[in-house]
Amino acid sequence: MKTIPEDLQVYWEQLACGFPRVAEVFPDCMREALTILSNEGIAAYLEYASFLGKMGRGAEPILIFLEEWPRVAKILGEDALPAIAECIRRLYKSPNGKAIVPFLQSLPSVARRLPTKPQMQEYLTLVLDFMESTTGSIHGIHQTFASPALPVLFKQINVLLGQLSLAGLKKWVDYGARFYSDHPERQIDYFSLQSADSRAVLQRERHGTLLMDNERKLDMYLRGLWQIDEQLIPYSTLYDELRKPVPYYDKLGIRVPDVYSDFVVPSPSGITSDLAAVVSQPSRMASSSIRGAGGRNGEFAEYALRPSSGSGLPAGTRTASEGDEPQRVAGIDRYRAVLAHIVAHRRWSTPIFADNFSPFQRMAVEFLEDSRVEYLAMQEYPGLRRIFTGLHPVPEENACDPEKESGVRHRLAMLSRALLDPHHPYKNEHIVEFTRRFHELMQQGNAGTQQMAELAISFVAKTRVQSDQLARTHFKDTEIDYRDDNRHLWKFYEQSDDEEAFEEHRPRAADEEIRGLPPRHYHEWDYNSQSYRPDWVSVYEGLHPSGNAADIDRLLAKHAALAKRLKKLLDLLKPQDKVRIRYQEEGSELDLDVALRSLIDYKGGSAPDPRINMSHRNDGRSIAVMVLLDLSESLNEKAAGSEQTILELSQEAVSLLAWAVQQLGDPFAIAGFHSNTRHDVRYMHIKGYSEKWDDEVKGRLAAMEASYSTRMGAAMRHAAHYLDKQQADKKLMLILTDGEPADIDSKDGRILIEDARQAVKELDTQGIYAYCINLDPKADDYVKDIFGKQYTIIDKVAQLPEKLPALFISLTK
Amino acid sequence: MSNIDQYKVHQEPFYQAQGKEVALYEAAYAARLPVMVKGPTGCGKSRFVEYMAWKLNKPLITVACNEDMTASDLVGRYLLDANGTRWLDGPLTTAARIGAICYLDEIVEARQDTTVVIHPLTDHRRTLPLDKKGELLSAHPDFQLVISYNPGYQSLLKDLKQSTKQRFTAFDFDYPTAKLETEILAKETGMDAELCARLVKIGIAARNLKGHGLDEGISTRLLVYAATLIRGGVDAKDACRMALVRPITDDADIRNTLDHAIDAVFA
Repeated sequence: MKTIPEDLQVYWEQLACGFPRVAEVFPDCMREALTILSNEGIAAYLEYASFLGKMGRGAEPILIFLEEWPRVAKILGEDALPAIAECIRRLYKSPNGKAIVPFLQSLPSVARRLPTKPQMQEYLTLVLDFMESTTGSIHGIHQTFASPALPVLFKQINVLLGQLSLAGLKKWVDYGARFYSDHPERQIDYFSLQSADSRAVLQRERHGTLLMDNERKLDMYLRGLWQIDEQLIPYSTLYDELRKPVPYYDKLGIRVPDVYSDFVVPSPSGITSDLAAVVSQPSRMASSSIRGAGGRNGEFAEYALRPSSGSGLPAGTRTASEGDEPQRVAGIDRYRAVLAHIVAHRRWSTPIFADNFSPFQRMAVEFLEDSRVEYLAMQEYPGLRRIFTGLHPVPEENACDPEKESGVRHRLAMLSRALLDPHHPYKNEHIVEFTRRFHELMQQGNAGTQQMAELAISFVAKTRVQSDQLARTHFKDTEIDYRDDNRHLWKFYEQSDDEEAFEEHRPRAADEEIRGLPPRHYHEWDYNSQSYRPDWVSVYEGLHPSGNAADIDRLLAKHAALAKRLKKLLDLLKPQDKVRIRYQEEGSELDLDVALRSLIDYKGGSAPDPRINMSHRNDGRSIAVMVLLDLSESLNEKAAGSEQTILELSQEAVSLLAWAVQQLGDPFAIAGFHSNTRHDVRYMHIKGYSEKWDDEVKGRLAAMEASYSTRMGAAMRHAAHYLDKQQADKKLMLILTDGEPADIDSKDGRILIEDARQAVKELDTQGIYAYCINLDPKADDYVKDIFGKQYTIIDKVAQLPEKLPALFISLTK
Repeated sequence: MSNIDQYKVHQEPFYQAQGKEVALYEAAYAARLPVMVKGPTGCGKSRFVEYMAWKLNKPLITVACNEDMTASDLVGRYLLDANGTRWLDGPLTTAARIGAICYLDEIVEARQDTTVVIHPLTDHRRTLPLDKKGELLSAHPDFQLVISYNPGYQSLLKDLKQSTKQRFTAFDFDYPTAKLETEILAKETGMDAELCARLVKIGIAARNLKGHGLDEGISTRLLVYAATLIRGGVDAKDACRMALVRPITDDADIRNTLDHAIDAVFA
């Protein structure tokens, strides 16, 4: 056992801890604590550590606390201890004692992410709420099972807080706690970021500018400003902490990160009072007090000061609101910078042979070529300079110690900055000289990639030092994250054997066959959180199997009398193309009757009616109809007061309806659906819009079968996807169902009802009128919630064949 | 008879020829062939006709067509008067009488039955039957009919009948090339070429988006507006937003993209 030094003996006694491992680290921890904490802080520190040691959870908690607390206290302040202690006490009192160690371990990184006390308090509340909701109990009295996901959550918290705001984290945690509270394995999957749901929700809550929200804008940016049309393919930045993928492009499209947060231009590390230095670092002046000297737009000085030759361009074109805040580059502008850079490469770069260059030379060529294409892009759009200079790091001139590390990247990054920023702070003669040479070349106007290569090689030759060979490279401030990886810049004489051959494509096996359509995913509304569950339901679609078409003809024959009556009604509905509109002040024709009357009035000395014209209006009928049939198991029941099953009656009704709509000539489709959990919603086409009401369709209708459950919302969304594409003034979706939405994987009956209601709202915004024909006499309870007033309940199911077409006719009259 | 002088174009309108259209028009006029000018909005169709009227020193009667326009709006109608009725010539009749160039702007906007009344004037007959008045008007030897139409936004319903189309010789107008458009802006507004070139660049960015949410790109006319605002002392970016972006779109994404284009061009 290590002995405790004299001066620390008194503290050691206060700690009163017998673990030998604690004694080993105690002196170091204590010395650190003494430099950071106040006297009261020390007392509290030791007291609490002592408590942790006696908690009966081994040496681990006290060890971690002793090591980590001083640093945490430095960020949060010493008085954050009681809140944290309270949280640990609650963990200790619950069955979640195992989570204390991961909690303590995660504390420093949490403190770094949430450096204020209110934020920390909120986080602790979140943790405790989560613990409450996931800790299981038997018979609902005592909590007996530990929360499976709590330790997992603490392990992930660093990644999570890196991607999410506290509010986003809360939503993500709530989501997982709610949906997986009764399924420990899935809960762990969710909180360890293994499950697809977990990642999808995380993606939704991430802060920053998501590509998926801005894809259209960026497409337009490419098309509008650069005249190219290119696929944007996101890669995830979330799970690749180490490799940090960079943008690139290839034949398939431009690869960009899935999210960019706003980029805050770092403020200068030290503001010198030397005016020259400030002017030379114009973009860094946001917090400097010398801004008044015409400096806010320092980086634009070059333009602002140029004689504006009568253009009347005011010198300062920035808006005043940018005033005192640190300079930011919005996420969308970061995307634009990436795209502008890549497009510039596509436009102006030509691949050159790489074989004869050393790696250092190649890197130099890449840096210079990047600068060249950006220079040309900025010629085209000068406003890009603001974004580029904002994003481009400014390596400090003396940051790299040539004795200890290789300064290759550092030198090139400085050169690149100098080429971009006319007010760069660098004094190095090589940097200055090559900046001048670069600009001379560019001003001559015909410098290409080859010229850059020559310049780069000459730069490498001039600046080479011995330490470039060192294994440790200086990386700070040398990564320019909006630039792509330049894979397009190089071509090779020979495929070298030390590289993996990425380019070779495996021939696709001939027998790979695509079977069926891939599922479509739909969101589902969760009324508890008032948010969508992303891509929750999988809808598989296919043609309904076929049966005997003659059956349907027989059914129609059976209802011949009804059909005759319907026919009369339908004839009345048939559109009459021209309708006369009378009493128009301006119209296409004179309405003689009215005109004569007016003239008489006029001659008789009274005020004539000026509305003496009439015009015509086309009264076409433009309605697209979608009939959506619930084919769930319950349809197989016999209808009350009838020998037939509900399914048979539906079949008859739909046949008659189809016949009627056919008579009217409205475009219409029929589809059936049933579901077997959210992973398998079947959507079966019975009749498509382009199909005629012929034997094939009748055959499918005849083969209708009922099974499984009713997940209505997803089916409606999918049907809407087809109906939406129809060109019609009015779009009508008739939903024929015999019960409330339900599915075997949904315990809360309300969820699917609320989801269907949300689907109706979505349909409404798409201009689709959803109407429900419900065969459940007890439907009043829920159908109103879903469809508002747009429903009919048919009590006597036997009347359905008669009611349904009549209903349709009255709806579309 | 109306006062012919009021229809004359007295001052030379500025028109920058894009090709041989001036000579071709003169040839068409010499033969009194009806002319159709096609092209997107604000690309200089009306300006061209005005310029030609000035150049040929003929009166110009312009009719802006709209959906409610009837045949009698073109030909003329009886008006009620205290003593009975009185005939009033429509603009087309007036033009045919006095030998003016009659310019029917945006002809597709007019109803199809309306456009048919111009048929007898556009072939060898060169007559206009005024059936309500019982007169067969022979057109003045100087009379010529010009129509303009914008093929860009027409729907299936709004297209000229073949029988109408095939009575005209046609010019296809488009936005001028960047260089030419810069010159036009500079001459029209007196601003310097560099600023004009920047405006044109924004215009081109918007025209690239046509069909992707924009029905029509930024017209030369709007570019002139923007330059005029800038000349009046408005900040360049504000002027562009006001004159170029806000009028043409309500789509937030497009607006954002074009605003960015303005920021990129006016750094």
